[in-house]
Amino acid sequence: MPVISLQAIPMEHGLLLAAILFILGMVGVLTRRNIIFVLMSLEIMLNAVALAFVVGGARWAAADGQIMFLMIISLAAAEVAVGLGLVLQLFNRFKTLDLDILSKMKG
Amino acid sequence: MSVLFYASAFVSVLATLMAITRINVVHALLYFIVSLIALSVIFYTLGAHFAAALEVIVYAGAIMVMFLFVIMMLNLGKPTEEQERVWLKPGMWVGPSLLAAPLLVELVVMISGAKAQTQAGVINAKDVGIALFGPYVLAVELASLLLLAGLVGAYHLARK
Repeated sequence: MPVISLQAIPMEHGLLLAAILFILGMVGVLTRRNIIFVLMSLEIMLNAVALAFVVGGARWAAADGQIMFLMIISLAAAEVAVGLGLVLQLFNRFKTLDLDILSKMKG
Repeated sequence: MSVLFYASAFVSVLATLMAITRINVVHALLYFIVSLIALSVIFYTLGAHFAAALEVIVYAGAIMVMFLFVIMMLNLGKPTEEQERVWLKPGMWVGPSLLAAPLLVELVVMISGAKAQTQAGVINAKDVGIALFGPYVLAVELASLLLLAGLVGAYHLARK
């Protein structure tokens, strides 16, 4: 098996990518009104944070970054399950995916 | 290897940009899956092979399919697309982008101060497993509790 020599990548490039993806996700959350798009943008943000952890793990050649990645993935899975359950309830009651309709709950 | 990193970083940013600007939900989802696969390549180039595999299997394979199931259950048609086009006027992007731009500038300034190289080595699944069931075993238990709570919550919430 040919061994691919891993070349070191500057840490700030990886962190910059994570920052750009996080900001893109944040713009998505702020702009969209459809609840499914908002959930997807939240996933983008969580994923960007996970990338930052893996870059940190690669910087110090430690497994801890990937462990945090695992924790973030399980958090994302639980969050999406509950969020999509809420989406189903919202659509059953109001027949729309508009987030602004939730302000009628006066919570 | 670093060419691979920059190429997939470009693909990932572009696909994410496309994902948050689409009108159709399924198109956005497919672009997001492209972004996730590009990120998986990035994890591979960083030597995190286990994370790269999990990104494809769990994120692109399980979580995105869950999104797809819900979209299919809701059976959204043309009217939703029209409404989305009304909601997503070009002017809608100005305010959030102006708010987010200073944050991005701050992050870039802060990050570019940190000069360091990532180390060229592989952290394989064995190392991750040893750490996971050694010092981090409590975190694993808590994650399982969280997933159980998520399961019960999703079952309760999605009931008719």
